[in-house]
Amino acid sequence: MESNRPLIITFAIILLGVILLLKLFLIQVTDDSYLRKAERNAIQRIVDHPYRGLVYDRNGKLLVYNNPVFDIMVIPREFTVEDTASFCEFFNIKKETLIENFNAAKNYSWVKPSPLIKQISNEEFARIQDYLIDYRGIFVMTRSVRSYPQPSAANALGYIGEISANQLGRDETSYYRQGDYVGLSGVEAYYEPDLRGRKGVNYRMVNVRGVDKGKFKNGDLDTVSVAGQNIQSTLDLELQQYGEKLLAGKRGSVVAIEPKTGEILSFISAPTYDPNQLTGSKFGQNFLELNQDENKPLFNRPIMAMYPPGSIFKIVQSLVGLQEGILTPNTTFSCNRSLVNCHNHPNPVNLFGAIRNSCNPYYHQAFRMMINQEVSSNTFRDTQIGLDKWRESVMKFGLGDRLGVDMHGEKSGSIPSSKLYDQIYGNGRWKYSTIYSLSIGQGEMLVTPLQMANLAAIFANKGYYYIPHMIKAIDGDATRIPEKFRTKRDTGIDPAHFDMVQEAMVEALSGTAARAIISDIVIAGKTGTAQNPSGEDHSVFIAFAPKDDPKIAIAVYVENAGWGGRAAASTASLMIEKYLRGEITRPALEDYVLEGNFIY
Amino acid sequence: MRDSDFYFRKIDWLTIGLYFMLVFLGWINIYAAVYDEQSPKSIFDLSINSGIQLVWIGTAVLLIVLILVADYRLFENLSLILYVFFVVLLILTPFIGKEINGQKAWFEIGAFRLQPAEFAKFATALALAKLMEANTFDLSKLRYQLRAVGIIGLPVVFIMLQPDFGSAMVYSAFFIVLFREGMPNRYYVFAITVLVLGILAILVENNLIAVGIIASCLLILFFVGKKNWQKLVTLLFVGGIMVGYVYSIDYVVAKLPLHHQNRIMVLFDPDVDPLGVGWNVTQSKIAIGSGGLTGKGYLEGTQTKFDFVPEQHTDFIFCTLGEEFGWMGSFVVISLFITLLVRLIFLAERQKTRFSRVYGYGVVSILFFHFFINISMTVGLFPVIGIPLPFFSYGGSSLWAFTILLFIFIKLDSHRIQILGRLS
Repeated sequence: MESNRPLIITFAIILLGVILLLKLFLIQVTDDSYLRKAERNAIQRIVDHPYRGLVYDRNGKLLVYNNPVFDIMVIPREFTVEDTASFCEFFNIKKETLIENFNAAKNYSWVKPSPLIKQISNEEFARIQDYLIDYRGIFVMTRSVRSYPQPSAANALGYIGEISANQLGRDETSYYRQGDYVGLSGVEAYYEPDLRGRKGVNYRMVNVRGVDKGKFKNGDLDTVSVAGQNIQSTLDLELQQYGEKLLAGKRGSVVAIEPKTGEILSFISAPTYDPNQLTGSKFGQNFLELNQDENKPLFNRPIMAMYPPGSIFKIVQSLVGLQEGILTPNTTFSCNRSLVNCHNHPNPVNLFGAIRNSCNPYYHQAFRMMINQEVSSNTFRDTQIGLDKWRESVMKFGLGDRLGVDMHGEKSGSIPSSKLYDQIYGNGRWKYSTIYSLSIGQGEMLVTPLQMANLAAIFANKGYYYIPHMIKAIDGDATRIPEKFRTKRDTGIDPAHFDMVQEAMVEALSGTAARAIISDIVIAGKTGTAQNPSGEDHSVFIAFAPKDDPKIAIAVYVENAGWGGRAAASTASLMIEKYLRGEITRPALEDYVLEGNFIY
Repeated sequence: MRDSDFYFRKIDWLTIGLYFMLVFLGWINIYAAVYDEQSPKSIFDLSINSGIQLVWIGTAVLLIVLILVADYRLFENLSLILYVFFVVLLILTPFIGKEINGQKAWFEIGAFRLQPAEFAKFATALALAKLMEANTFDLSKLRYQLRAVGIIGLPVVFIMLQPDFGSAMVYSAFFIVLFREGMPNRYYVFAITVLVLGILAILVENNLIAVGIIASCLLILFFVGKKNWQKLVTLLFVGGIMVGYVYSIDYVVAKLPLHHQNRIMVLFDPDVDPLGVGWNVTQSKIAIGSGGLTGKGYLEGTQTKFDFVPEQHTDFIFCTLGEEFGWMGSFVVISLFITLLVRLIFLAERQKTRFSRVYGYGVVSILFFHFFINISMTVGLFPVIGIPLPFFSYGGSSLWAFTILLFIFIKLDSHRIQILGRLS
């Protein structure tokens, strides 16, 4: 029988074989998605999260440490629950949360573990530990959360939280992954690279039931984690806690600086919160509550709140005038209340008297001389030139710009320039009479409490300062703190000019803030009142002590507490005594401050 | 001596070589599939499947020797007896067989388990060859067609009762033999049309296919003209049936048991039943697909080794090959199979008797069906019906059955001159 059928069969077999080879070529060679799926199946990337560095205070007391918490991980393919309701009750979670988390886990992988219930506390874990084996497909993974032995310095230390999508996008080093924890504010954020250490990664092979089958490629791709470095902060825990106690129930800031080094001794933002609230599984809920609190506990007042400096600025005016040669200690003006309001004091006054008595008309007249030096015959032009020259000198005091403290979110404050007034009033349409409020620290002028404390440090140091900072040593090494914190900044004011100013500040206390005087510690200080258009004025006080060898410079703001001599000066005085003596000898004054409640 | 020299030169050593290459590759892949890096055992270790497979290979070699030294007339003479014997075994299997995975397809004799359905294939091939031995057996006549289909269909009925649909489907491969021996084209055209329309009905919107069928009919009508009324009526009838068939597919599929539905639907969408049938196909494709061009290296595979692929040493043994040896490995194995099949066709065509030729094509058909369908199901081209890859898959029954199947033909081929002499 002659037939072409054997040939047809032969070709059909070859053709189908070629089809198989083509199909195999498509899935094996041209499509690499299967390779990725295979790796997702069998290769588990286990991140070894390093211990985050601890934070100590300047005396070696522990401020921040790590506390273990437990995540319940789930392997969706293995996971079965007979009674969802009792499961939820046992693990104390909502059914919707369980379903949501389980679906997310399923979407990630059927065979690899994902977190099902996050951050179970030590106590919770002790309760459920023995019952975990009753459930298939879940196991426990240990992690750590930040913990604070003392509920103190919340805004200074900051908090850590899950990295945001935004931050992930900005991370050029590709170090972070979704779900990683990073410092989000305060010291935690600024020293993140030192504190975090380096993650390690282990690649393990797992079989279909999630059972570990050893290292992938003999561990050639694995990296070892490196623990974060411990940090010593400049804070004095005792002083910090004392300041927080004094400011309890008030709104305001206290910043204390060691003048010779710029080290921040206390950094108080009131009202504050317990930093333990922003750790662990309660982070989300607590953060929401704190964020919605009308007293804004999360608002980092020392670097974010801005107020007009008020009378305290008169000292800066005096120093700038002296340096320019416009004022001398003997320059005398009358207290002419038709220029600007004042209070009763001897009249006329020289510069010393003006500081001591905080004479407004004096500075109105002195400031006019600084601004209008008749460089130009055009009054308007002359004012512009004078203002900008003056501004330049003032900004050397660390005003009108960010100081560069080691915390994110610092505000710059404001020292107005001619440009600003040109914008407001138009070029050539404003002159000294428009801007005279600047002479007494009012008007378009804003400073932060930190800048104020820095002013106190400058007055104490007779003309120089170091950028205030929170860091004393990294990993026990003081030379590893950023260079900028070890660089001396000069205000350009002759130290000789400070002698008289310091004397006047000591004298000023007996006039405006007698409560602040301590018999055996010479305090130099200056009260101020920051005008508040929406309520009672803010009470302001800066000081340093002891006058002849300053160890502490301090700025205190108490919002809505009225005249600076009352709440602010008392608080500063107590802080100084606490720091220098270690104990309080004036319980009555302490009670007075503690009882004050200015939140309304 | 002289006689045996002559005999050994007549044996087709190429086929035997291909057989042993495939068996060897299968064996090392079985070892790879069961290899555990954390407690490595020797490939010869009898506590793992590669060791046991070596025992099966050894006994298969014994079988080969027995077949080659036996009288070549034995198989022809025994063909109908063997056929009856295995049909009876198949009838008994559902009653006395051991139940595994819901199927009663296995016989237990001491420690050994044998699957009669595997052996019934070569018996059926022999019986079919015997039936069609005479030149008067004319497949263009319905009488003979029915007889041939009867011989093929009888074991199928009993295999379906086990129930083992995979093995039952293998018997459809005998239509390749019938095609070679003169079965009219129309059956094949019909079968292919039904198959293509069926796949289209699942893949494409039904109305679209209906429009296509009607358009084709009109086109044919245009060329044939109106002259022939008979043809016109036939055409309308066929077109109508096809349209009806297309619309009925969805209904029939919906009536199938869910796990059968899923096996079909998963071909088109692997996300159907992702943890059931879809799991096998998805994981199997991942294993093979992750092999790339050159593979991950022997014993370096992760997907088969860590149990992501079920039945990895039996029906899904090809996954191990694809993962560890990549496309190159697939190419080598598929080329070996194709070479073997083409060689067998060549051998079948050179037979001097119809008995030997029909049996040769029976071997080709069964091997081809297993080879093509097995690999197709691992790459998601065919539903998972659970049939082994010849010579490759782990298992004594299938290795023995395929060895017997192939070597009876090698034996017959080596005596082709004598057989002719006997006839003349």
